[in-house]
Parts: sequence; C-alpha cells; structure tokens
Amino acid sequence: MVEVDNLVKHYGPIRAVNGVSFSVSKGEVLGFLGPNGAGKSTTMKMITCFLPPTSGTARVKGHDILTDPVKVREQLGYLPESAPLYEEMTVEKFLRFIAQVRGCSGAEVGKSVDRVFETTQIHKVAHQPIHTLSKGFRQRVCFAQALLHDPEVLILDEPTDGLDPNQKQAVRDLISSMKDEKVIILSTHILEEVDAICTRAIIISEGLVKVDGTPEELRRKSSYFGAVSLKLPKADRGFLDQLGQLNGIDKVERLPSEEVVSIRCMPQSGKEIATGVFDFLKDKGVSATEFHVDEGRLDEVFRTITRTVK
Amino acid sequence: MQIKNVFKRELYAYFSTPVAYIFLVFFLIMTGWFTFAEGWGNFYEKRQAHLDPFFNFHNLTYLIFIPAVAMRAWSEERRSGTVQLLLTLPITVPQAVIGKFLAYWIFLGIALLLTFPIVITVFYLGDPDVGVIISSYLGSFLLAGTFLSIGCFTSALTKNQVISFILSMAICLLFSLTEFSMIRSYLNSLPVSLADAITALSFFEHFNALKKGLISFVDVFYFVAMMVFWVYSTIVVIESKKSA
Repeated sequence: MVEVDNLVKHYGPIRAVNGVSFSVSKGEVLGFLGPNGAGKSTTMKMITCFLPPTSGTARVKGHDILTDPVKVREQLGYLPESAPLYEEMTVEKFLRFIAQVRGCSGAEVGKSVDRVFETTQIHKVAHQPIHTLSKGFRQRVCFAQALLHDPEVLILDEPTDGLDPNQKQAVRDLISSMKDEKVIILSTHILEEVDAICTRAIIISEGLVKVDGTPEELRRKSSYFGAVSLKLPKADRGFLDQLGQLNGIDKVERLPSEEVVSIRCMPQSGKEIATGVFDFLKDKGVSATEFHVDEGRLDEVFRTITRTVK
Repeated sequence: MQIKNVFKRELYAYFSTPVAYIFLVFFLIMTGWFTFAEGWGNFYEKRQAHLDPFFNFHNLTYLIFIPAVAMRAWSEERRSGTVQLLLTLPITVPQAVIGKFLAYWIFLGIALLLTFPIVITVFYLGDPDVGVIISSYLGSFLLAGTFLSIGCFTSALTKNQVISFILSMAICLLFSLTEFSMIRSYLNSLPVSLADAITALSFFEHFNALKKGLISFVDVFYFVAMMVFWVYSTIVVIESKKSA
C-alpha cells in the first residue's frame, strides 16, 4: 500500500536521505528507527508530500507523491513531530476544521469529530483552547486530527515523544487496536516500543536503510542472541574452562556477583548453545539456580548498526 | 471549497485572539485622530461635509497598520510548525495562500466598515455625494488589499514577525513615496518618462482618482494587478521554502 522507491533528499551539501526504499502493506506496523538526524522525519515529510524529494518517489495506494500529491494526502493521516497545532482554536473547532478540509460536510463533521473524541479520549478538553492543554493532550489532539477521515495509511512521527509512561501506553494501545485494518508507519527512538507494537522495523542511519526485518530478526543480529546466563551455587576454574570448550561457545564471562557464581556463555555467531550447556550441567551434576537464554538485544543491535557507520 | 475552509479557519482564529480587537480599536483611533486633528485632517476647520480629511490619511495609516496585521499570516505557521499540518492536508499551496489572504482582507474590510460613524457625521452635517463616498471606500479597500498582499508576501519570507513587519513596511513605503509632496516636487526634476513611470506605479495617483469619485478601469486594474502579483509571489515563496 505504501511503496517508497529510492527516495533521496539533499539540503544543499547535506545528504539527509540517501536512497531509502521499502514497502509496507496492510496490517503492518512499521517502526522507523534511527539516531537523531538519520533522516526519519525527512523521509516521512516526503511521503506526506510536505517536502519534494531530490530524486526518487513514493506511492500511497497507487498514487504517486510527485504527480498526484493531493490524492496522496487524502489517503494519509499524519502526526507531525512535536504535534504542531493551531494554539488559539478550541479542540472542537480545530477538529471540525480538519474534518471539513477532509471533505466531511453537514452532520458528517460532527460524527467524525465525536468518533475521534471517543478513540483518543479527549472529550473533557473539547471546549478548551489548545494553548491551555498539557503535552499529553496536545499529542492526542494531533493524533485525533490524523484519524478524522479514518485513513488507511497512518504516518506518525514520534507519537509517544514527551509523554509519561501511562500516556505512552495509551498511545501504544491505540495504535495496536488499529493495526489490523491500516498501514502504520511510525518513527521512534524508543526500542521497547518497537517490541511492543511494531510488526517490522527499519533501522535508518545517515540517510540509508541499514536493516529491515521483524523485531525478532533484528534481535537475532545481536551478539547476545542465544547467549546463556547461569547462576550456580559454586564453580571452580576448571569447570569454567571445560564449559568454554563446548561446541559453539565463543567465550564464558564471569559476571560480578557475591553469593553465587554468575556466568554468561556467549555463542559464536549463529550457533545454538543452550542444549549443549544444559547437557553439560546435567553430566556434571551441577544444578543451576537460574538458566536464561537471551533473546538478543535491540539496543545493542541499534548501537552496532548505527555506530559502525560513523 | 478548500479556500473557503482555510478562509473560515483563519478568520475565526484571528478573532479568537485579542490581537484582532486591539487592531480594530487601534485602527479606529488612528483614522479618527487623523481626520479631526489640527494640522492633519482639519475636519472642523474645513467647514465642509466632505470625507476628504478622513480618506487622505488612509495610506499613512495602512503603512503602519497593515504590515502589523499581515505579519503573523505565514510567519506564525512556520514558527509553530502548523504549516506542516496545513500543507499535508489535501489543500494546495495556492488554495492556502488565497484563503489566508482573503481572510485578512475581509478583516480589513470589517475595520473599514466600522468607520461608519464618520459617514453618518457628514450626512448629519450636510449633503455629501454618495457616489464619491462609495468609490472612496472601494479605493481604500483595494488599497488595503494591496498593502496586505505585500504583507503576506514578506510574512512568507521569514519565521520572524518583526522582520516581516519592517520589510513589508519598507516595500509599502516605496510604493507610497509619491504621497509626500516633497517627493512629488523632486519628481519634476527627473526625466518625464521616469517620473511618469514612478507615479504610475505608486499608490497615490490611483487612490486619489478613486477618492475623487472616478472609478476608472485603469485604477481598479492597477490595484488588482498588484494584489495578483504579490499573492502569486507568496505562492512561489511558500512552494520554494517547502523544497528548500
């Protein structure tokens, strides 16, 4: 439904986006990850036809952003970064304006406004001027604005930025509740969010797509993926050396701990070691008080991918 | 349709701030003072039921008033980032620019209409020519639109309202120079064709004709052409700022 085809954006000598391609289909929640200044917002601004690309293009439900920008915008709901709003208007007036621009007329306007009041839970501030709202409400009003025409494609630039943990959860729940019938692209630098709501993630750095896959696939790239952490009542040096000799184990690290022996076995890249370690413990008759297989760490993947480029 | 939506929002939003009312009061005080003050309009001293003392200072009033009204038109959108919201809605840049321009122009029209007590006054005092009054008001409204189109243009250039204010005041002043008799007498020393060109491009001559009750195509066309030019320039600026 959304196809991004080799988008490039240069601001003078600065290459903000350097050839980004991906496509997203219905039911997917795509997380756009990357350090600040990686080109996430710029890419989103190009898809929403706010910025014209230097080269390349994108299509939203078959409409090209270059040749058919108004049709593209009709299909989209967009939450810009840091939720800009018309401060002097009341929430209701503001949403009515957006609904009218979105093509609602007469009674439809009230209906769609009521519907987004419901989904984003902003009834109680309906008649307040926007400049009196707290950050959380502003974010929700701006989200409501993007939902008024019930778009099939949602583009959300840092939807949970600056919210408290409860509000973050509320926004995530809202996104999750909509994900089956929509295409959602959201940018974030909060990695837990990717785990919580995204079905797919793209890491972008220096204007290029570095990784594209499910959060699980991303975690697999972590050096911690499949690592086994153990807590043992006691262990001598020989035991640890023997453990290190096991097939597929790269190294055994001893972690700082007082009462028990805490170790972590790091696998060689791509090797499965958990069964080996388990059998070894059984052979030796050692009973571990804790046995944990690491699922991989997104933050580590994120750091290695975005750091190596610099 | 989208022009109407932008227009309505802009006008509504403008009237939900105190700024609009402050400007209205300011405008009425200024025009009133210019009309009656000794050394300026000398309304009473002239002992004539005529609106000349009132309309004579509109150009000067607009020079300060309209750059101030127009300065927030686009600067504020850019500063607060709402331009991202506005231009990612299914609205084109020309629709947005024209909608905004019309909203502020109607605001200026409202300001102008609120000067009606002066009309009542001259009707009470004597028997003025209705045609002249109508054509003067039309001229003033067109003049206001032209100032406004320049103000919107400079507002599109910058995020900073003060810069926009000063810039549009400077451009408007350039077009108002022949308002001052000193400049007019200086023009006599210039080659005739140059002096004529400067006069033809300035507001003074065209507004003056309308003030006298002469609604000629040339004068109306002058103001309309100026507005079209500056509104079109605003569209070009907004489009190019987007791609920058």
